[in-house]
Amino acid sequence: MSEHKGRRSGKKKLWAGLGLVAVVAALAMLIGGGLKDNLVYFLTPTELEARGASVQGEAVRLGGQVKPGSVHWNADHHDLRFVVTDGKTQIPVHSTGSPPSMFQEGIGVVVEGKFDSNGTFQSDNLMVKHSNEYHPPTKGESPRETFKTLMPGNGTSGSKD
Amino acid sequence: MLSLLGSAAIIAALLGALMSVVTGYWGGFKQRPAATEASRYGIYFVFFCMSAAVAVMEIALLTHDFSVSYVAEVGSRSTPTYFTAISLWSSLNGSILFWGWILAAYALLVTWVTRDRHPRFTPFVNGTLMVVGLFFFGLLAGPANPFGHLSPAPADGPGPNPLLQNHPLMGLHPPLLYLGYVGMAVPFSFGIAALLSGNITERWLQATRRWTLAPWAFLSLGIVAGAWWSYDVLGWGGYWAWDPVENASFLPWLVATAFLHSSMVQERRGMLKTWNLSLIVGTFMLTLFGTFLTRSGVLDSVHAFTEGSVGPLLLGFVALITLATLALIAWRSDRLHAPGTLEGTASRETAFILNNLLFVALTFTILLGTIFPLLMEATKGQRISVGPPYFDMVVAPIGLLLLFLMGVGPQLPWGAVTWERVVKLLWKPATVGVVAAGLMVALGMRAIYPVITGGLGAFTLTTIVDEFRRGMAARRHISGARGPVALWELLSKNGRRYGGYVVHTGVVIVIVALSVSQHYRTEREVTLHRGERANLGKYSIGFDRVFAREEPQRVVVSSEFPIYVGDKQVAIMSPALKFYNSSQQPVTTPAVRSTPAGDLYLTLMAFDRQNGESATVRAILNPGVPWLWVGGLLVGIGAIFSIRSRRKRGLGVRRGAVGAAGSPSDDEQEVVGA
Repeated sequence: MSEHKGRRSGKKKLWAGLGLVAVVAALAMLIGGGLKDNLVYFLTPTELEARGASVQGEAVRLGGQVKPGSVHWNADHHDLRFVVTDGKTQIPVHSTGSPPSMFQEGIGVVVEGKFDSNGTFQSDNLMVKHSNEYHPPTKGESPRETFKTLMPGNGTSGSKD
Repeated sequence: MLSLLGSAAIIAALLGALMSVVTGYWGGFKQRPAATEASRYGIYFVFFCMSAAVAVMEIALLTHDFSVSYVAEVGSRSTPTYFTAISLWSSLNGSILFWGWILAAYALLVTWVTRDRHPRFTPFVNGTLMVVGLFFFGLLAGPANPFGHLSPAPADGPGPNPLLQNHPLMGLHPPLLYLGYVGMAVPFSFGIAALLSGNITERWLQATRRWTLAPWAFLSLGIVAGAWWSYDVLGWGGYWAWDPVENASFLPWLVATAFLHSSMVQERRGMLKTWNLSLIVGTFMLTLFGTFLTRSGVLDSVHAFTEGSVGPLLLGFVALITLATLALIAWRSDRLHAPGTLEGTASRETAFILNNLLFVALTFTILLGTIFPLLMEATKGQRISVGPPYFDMVVAPIGLLLLFLMGVGPQLPWGAVTWERVVKLLWKPATVGVVAAGLMVALGMRAIYPVITGGLGAFTLTTIVDEFRRGMAARRHISGARGPVALWELLSKNGRRYGGYVVHTGVVIVIVALSVSQHYRTEREVTLHRGERANLGKYSIGFDRVFAREEPQRVVVSSEFPIYVGDKQVAIMSPALKFYNSSQQPVTTPAVRSTPAGDLYLTLMAFDRQNGESATVRAILNPGVPWLWVGGLLVGIGAIFSIRSRRKRGLGVRRGAVGAAGSPSDDEQEVVGA
């Protein structure tokens, strides 16, 4: 074994070096390409409109407020439509799937999805922005009040009979 | 009163740490045993003080002493006792207190175990551990003081973040992760001590093995427990989202795993000295960086508590330690020459080196994806995020290569080996792998990744089973033991090797389960009225009712969904939503029904708020998911066996070179010789 070593080690180093370069190059391509294709921009409605067609079909995150009076929710078809606004620009959003329980008019949302050719934002993921800060529940807002009718004994048809 | 006591304990710990740093380094450089002794007693004292501080905090939490600032922040009279006790780690300052206490505990253990050993070396370990301690105790004494005094004390507090008081795993996931994170300070200190003492032989590595394995095992279990928590609480039916904080726990795990493998190469072949030092320092840096990511508020997540001065300080500390280590390595570069060389293209060490390249590549890609948004926002003000597809795309192929190497590597002998030998060693498992992949295709699986993963998994598992078979045959020769007894003897007498195989088995199971669950998940969302049914896979989901229940700290809206297979009712599942008084956002509590084939996972999305007559449910079929937890547990069990075992041989590093043609069975001879 050892007498072969000197003769062969130079060649091996060359191969090892080449292999390493190939691996690193492949990896760099993989990473570079992957990163470029999977960047998701966070945009306000105004920014989204300014970019217009250039972001059509690309995944973006749209952040803004749910415009009061714009929410249409069809529970049977799980079809949700509303408008996101930043005060200046309004973007209609369409989403399938039930909204998060916090979702309501006027609340801040982040919608992940794509701008389609009709100018509607098709959402895959709807997130409600909420603060983690504590605030004491106001009257009528406490969960105890809200779900009174669902408590067995209190309610009309909460129990199984 | 408690505030004062806690603060005093922190200050005392700080002083004790300072004393240990000075006496440790003094004792190390000047070789003064008395000073070394003093640094040890300093650490005992620090541990005592930190334990006192934690005890005081627990008393304050459990007695609802809202004059202590941390209690006012996370306490509430209506929170159940269990969650009150563990709210020690549910916010920033308490979690740093916990961090500091674990560090003190590790330091105590290290300095106790090494009290009669390596006199040139241990004083530096003591000193370095307490440098880390100084930083964290300093945070506790200043910007992250959990023992602030509030006067007048509030009557009640908000309680912990609802997400953090919703699942019993909260008592397990954070401590495991902390034990993993903080424990990496120990091998780091050993590495620094080797550099400082100038005695950079393989000794520090041998001393480090178990001190790395233990935190590594904790970190592994912590990551799995975190995934499990996320699966059981967040309600989206997944367990890993490439969230920056998840990545933050995965990054040091990757580098530590690379280190555990490459340190074997140095032990056997005397190669990769600087590399190993860099890996272990890198691991510790990444745990600090992870602490920074999760604790600084740069990220918006359940883990990021508040913004404040802790973040920049942590980043500064990371930079300082990195620079100091680089300077040390440069200073000692003359002693870092590694005598060993690669002898063969195909050999155990080549497999290890490839393994290391892949692990480092993984680390680099994930790190890049994690910090890229931060860099973009800092430099260009552009808010972006890197989507999970990036991570999946890069990680999957590298993971598969690693899976392949896991089968090949342990089969290859050290030193040089001919290709004929390689073929002879691997053709059987390779055949099994190909047949397994073929079977999966024949059974109708068409997605490329699960099939490749299944094939490689079968290949690797075959090599492991074969190892156990041979090992057990050897045990029969030695002690006459058979079956489970032989297996037990193998694991307890040669745990380093066979414990490692158990770990590998767990990892194979996890990788295959990941691949299957990622590709064969099916889900639907449906609104059901009473008596209606919806089908998903073999299941038929019915709906009975939604009802509310009042608990002191929350209102639980629960449900009953009978589950049928055919006409037979197999279960009633009750996904729930929990509405906490302190938060507007309800916490989801999905219902999970596990079978060996996979999970049925229900999340309550919406419901008829008046009468509970209808409910919207998201139903997910998650094949393979239970095996993630099984695999994770196996990793932990294997690591325990591996930690328990001592190295049998008086070993010289050169031994590997002399016995270069050693077969895979040479470790069995180790058992014979023992």
